[in-house]
Amino acid sequence: MEYVNPLTGFRVDGRRPNEMRQLKGEVGVVARADGSALFEMGNTRVIAAVYGPREVQNKGQQVNSKDALVRCEYRMADFSTGDRRRKPKGDRRSTEISLVIRQTMEASILTHLMPRSQIDIFVQVLQADGGTRAACINAATLALADAGIPMRDIVTSCSADLNYIEDSAGGPDVTVGFLTKMDKVTLLQMDAKLPMDTFETVMDLAIEGCKAIANYIREVLLENTKRLECQRDH
Amino acid sequence: MDHHQRWHPTVNEREFIERALQSDLRVDGRRPFDFRRLKILFGREDGSAEVQLGDTRVMGYATAQLVQPYKDRPNEGTLAIFTEFSPMADPAFEPGRPGESAIELGRVVDRGLRESRAVDMESLCVVAGKHVWSVRVDLHILDNGGNLIDAANIAALAALSTFRRPECTVGGEDGQQVTVHDPEVRDPLPLTIHHLPIAVTFAYFGEGNIMVIDPTYKEEAVMGGRMTATINSNGDVCSIQKAGGEGVMSSVIMQCLRIASVKAADITSKIKNEVNSYTSAKALQKVKRLPASALKKDNAPDVAMKESSDGALETQSTKPSSDGQQINKEPPSVVEDNKQEDVEPMLSECNPEAQSESRLTAGGSDETQEAISPKSLKDAVKPKHKRKKKQHSKINV
Repeated sequence: MEYVNPLTGFRVDGRRPNEMRQLKGEVGVVARADGSALFEMGNTRVIAAVYGPREVQNKGQQVNSKDALVRCEYRMADFSTGDRRRKPKGDRRSTEISLVIRQTMEASILTHLMPRSQIDIFVQVLQADGGTRAACINAATLALADAGIPMRDIVTSCSADLNYIEDSAGGPDVTVGFLTKMDKVTLLQMDAKLPMDTFETVMDLAIEGCKAIANYIREVLLENTKRLECQRDH
Repeated sequence: MDHHQRWHPTVNEREFIERALQSDLRVDGRRPFDFRRLKILFGREDGSAEVQLGDTRVMGYATAQLVQPYKDRPNEGTLAIFTEFSPMADPAFEPGRPGESAIELGRVVDRGLRESRAVDMESLCVVAGKHVWSVRVDLHILDNGGNLIDAANIAALAALSTFRRPECTVGGEDGQQVTVHDPEVRDPLPLTIHHLPIAVTFAYFGEGNIMVIDPTYKEEAVMGGRMTATINSNGDVCSIQKAGGEGVMSSVIMQCLRIASVKAADITSKIKNEVNSYTSAKALQKVKRLPASALKKDNAPDVAMKESSDGALETQSTKPSSDGQQINKEPPSVVEDNKQEDVEPMLSECNPEAQSESRLTAGGSDETQEAISPKSLKDAVKPKHKRKKKQHSKINV
């Protein structure tokens, strides 16, 4: 199968090789949550809700009293994929993604400012069409910002595929979580065999994507703040 | 969640470790990019290996059985990694359900092996859509001295490299019947391994500027982030796992990958050497044993083989008896003529009649055969079988 048409240079879905999918971010979608967001990357749709900082519910979980405890639960809705079937809660894949999202968000949250408290992040995939892990991190960032939780930087995530650069079968997939201002990579996941130079190209492409998403997320947040300001004036 | 927490260093301990690292010193005296001493031990059976990486000890065990393949991959075998974090290794490990770290470890090792197609899956196919070999690797953490992922990955590779699966042939009228051959009769086959993906873990400290390779338990408690790069000796990146934590520059990541590829080449040659010396030692043992088994074959006809096949069947699959059942190709009389026939169908397990018949034809020289045939573990099981069969034959007579 060819991922990039050799004649037109367009991808199967009509995009250019290094073109991102349509982004959409919306803040404040869950009324009861302290912060929430909906994030779309093309057909992938993810909703995130943040509760906290609040008192630690289960003292046994508190690792140290100097930092806030961050918890994350990732879940895929039963109707999110083509084949609609019940997915067991806490399977190996979602446990790992929960861990990955939690540690990625921990890298950006200023946990030392909120000792003896806990922050809960819930992410739910409503529609899965590739890059769910990246979309979840972007949604979580928006929701954390909406909840007013102090962060050292905006962490955004984007995945890049080798297929979009070179024409080769198989789908090596690189997901990067990036702290934009600090110019540092916090999350990096890759499968499939790649020569080192090619890997570097793919990673750089993913980082470019992260930067673009960070700009978009800033816009969304600025827009939201403006809207809130308008409401206060009235 | 967990009551027993991981060891938490005091402020002083933490500062000591970090300060020392700033001047390129590690608590155990290594340099930043040194691995701890790696030791690979093999068990008596094929497919079992124990890896010691400093204080960390991981046991790997590979087994296989025939299963039905997945619908979307009818002509590929399967490979699955299972992890067992025993509370014996670390008080933070809980008995029962695998924790987050156990799942992460399993998935990182699994991805490194599977997505890079290190083990040839198509060669594990017996009958497309019906029977494929399903290889299972169990990784038991025996002692947690830090950097479990690298040790577990090496254990998995060592176990897979020495693993041998029984040979099997397809026959029958419809060409769908599978015969699994006894390892005593036909040499079991090794897996086809294209390359060895080696996991190399880096730990990051202090804003991601300091990094060390192969962190110990204490360093893991202090580190800000971790990255595991799985690389083979050709320098191909097979998988990377950096699950959040301290951010690092992309240039630092590329530097890590270059270091990892050098380390991967060292570890690959170490594993290959150990595996070679194990297999050659095993081959020598076989040569010594040959005269005894030849003797056995001369005197004892198929009966002894069949009994040994019973024992070996435990490792085989639970096959649907309808299509898996193999009827003896040759009638018992032919077997008697052809005593050195070593293409003996294995799956004659529940064929008591054929067995008792052949036992009858073999005559009353049973006792003498027993005396001649070399003692092995299987002999310990024999008397019970024998008694049963004798009863059988009496009834038949």
